[in-house]
Amino acid sequence: MSQTQLDRGQDRAPLDFAQLQQLAGEILGVDPERVQPEVSLARDLAADSLDVVELIMAVEDRWQVTLPEDELDKMKRVGQLWDYLQLHAEAG
Amino acid sequence: MTDSGQPPVRVAITGMGLVTPVGTGIDEVWRNLCAGRPGIGPITQFDASSYPTRIAAEVADFDPELYMERKTARHVARYCRLGLAAARMALEDSGLRPEAMEEDAVGVVVSSGAGGMEEIERAHQLLMERGINRISPFMVPMMITDIAAGLIAIELHCGGPNYAVVSACASGGHALGDAAEVIRRGDAVAMLAGGAESAITPLLMGAFCQLGAMSRRNDDPGASSRPFDQGRDGFVMGEGAVIMVLEEMEHARARGARVWAELLSCGSTSDMYHFTAPDPAGRGAARAMRAALRKAGLEPADVDYVNAHGTSTQLGDVAETLAIKEALGERAREIPVSSTKSMTGHLLGAAGALEAAACVLAIAEGTVPPTVNLDSPDPRCDLDYVPNRARPARVDVALSNSFGFGGHNACLALGRAA
Repeated sequence: MSQTQLDRGQDRAPLDFAQLQQLAGEILGVDPERVQPEVSLARDLAADSLDVVELIMAVEDRWQVTLPEDELDKMKRVGQLWDYLQLHAEAG
Repeated sequence: MTDSGQPPVRVAITGMGLVTPVGTGIDEVWRNLCAGRPGIGPITQFDASSYPTRIAAEVADFDPELYMERKTARHVARYCRLGLAAARMALEDSGLRPEAMEEDAVGVVVSSGAGGMEEIERAHQLLMERGINRISPFMVPMMITDIAAGLIAIELHCGGPNYAVVSACASGGHALGDAAEVIRRGDAVAMLAGGAESAITPLLMGAFCQLGAMSRRNDDPGASSRPFDQGRDGFVMGEGAVIMVLEEMEHARARGARVWAELLSCGSTSDMYHFTAPDPAGRGAARAMRAALRKAGLEPADVDYVNAHGTSTQLGDVAETLAIKEALGERAREIPVSSTKSMTGHLLGAAGALEAAACVLAIAEGTVPPTVNLDSPDPRCDLDYVPNRARPARVDVALSNSFGFGGHNACLALGRAA
């Protein structure tokens, strides 16, 4: 089965910070425990701009949200991403 | 002596790293080549059940995380993962430490014929189904054929000349030949050079099937690659990476490095004939072999072994036989000529590097690897192809032939380091 089919077949995941930690840990190659609301993606988790785009894409796929481009620049800290998700993923 | 009055720079091979369908590392690869064990089986990397060719020479059980961070592995194509693994092994084998040298002392020339083919195909499917927002930001570095050289430089601290040489199935030979020239002209003290390929993909396999170039002996994979045999019906796609450490001979001697062999020269020509078919008379290939001898100051009588391109295609094996006879004259009938592709399959852009390694090991170990599956030779292929069993032989000079679509010919001359 292709990755695409997997992505499509996936129901929207429930919102759970541990899952964001897990996903970001996998994408950024860091221990999920280090993914905390106050940490900076670039400074603390060594994510470059491509890593951030990849993380956003994974988040969009996982929770079926679409982050508008003007929101992307605001995503400096994990907490900002989490706040956006809470607001938009639950509202659906 | 050169025009400048300086003795010519000699290029030593001081390390080799191999990730291949017949094993990983020098010892395992050499053991299997000498035992005549093919590394060919049913394709596992995609569902090939509808393809006329359903076999390939895959690298089994490769764990990239033994050689790189998981995140790095995720951001590069498989050919790069194989390439970085081979480069690490080569460096370890050589004992060279680029991080302790001048930043531009060590360079990298690593070839690939197809680049990140599987990533291109996957991304294209996403593009068609879900639009541009699903294309990975890592797509460009994953697909381009030069990125193995870049990745190796980043991971292994090699700040010297860095690029890929692309000449289809001659790429590996050209990469080694060009890297040696980088050292000879003084642009680096040492070079990591060779080829990396992984293109057993739905599109490329389909395209080669359409060319009618691949064996369809799906029910007997081990017997499918049979160069010079009457029953041959095409090549078998392979994957893998082979990287060598090339080093200025004086530098290698001064640090007490083991010198596997010397890279004497590379003869390089074009067929000027056809996109995919060889010149039936093998003239371009013969000129490449003669150029390699001339540049190394050798006569045909000095050659002890030829590792043939020998892909197991109808036209190619006959044309190469003519080329060897044309280039070496009487000597062609006196020496062993074998095709290790009978066991490894065809590694495309990495083939030349793998076969140069087979020559190096023939020189170092005093054994010529066989051409397996050679049960009933094509009458037009009438040289001594070392059928089916390895043979002890003293090899002081070996030639490695590599020919690519586009009519590219590369012939490397490798010799025992005096």
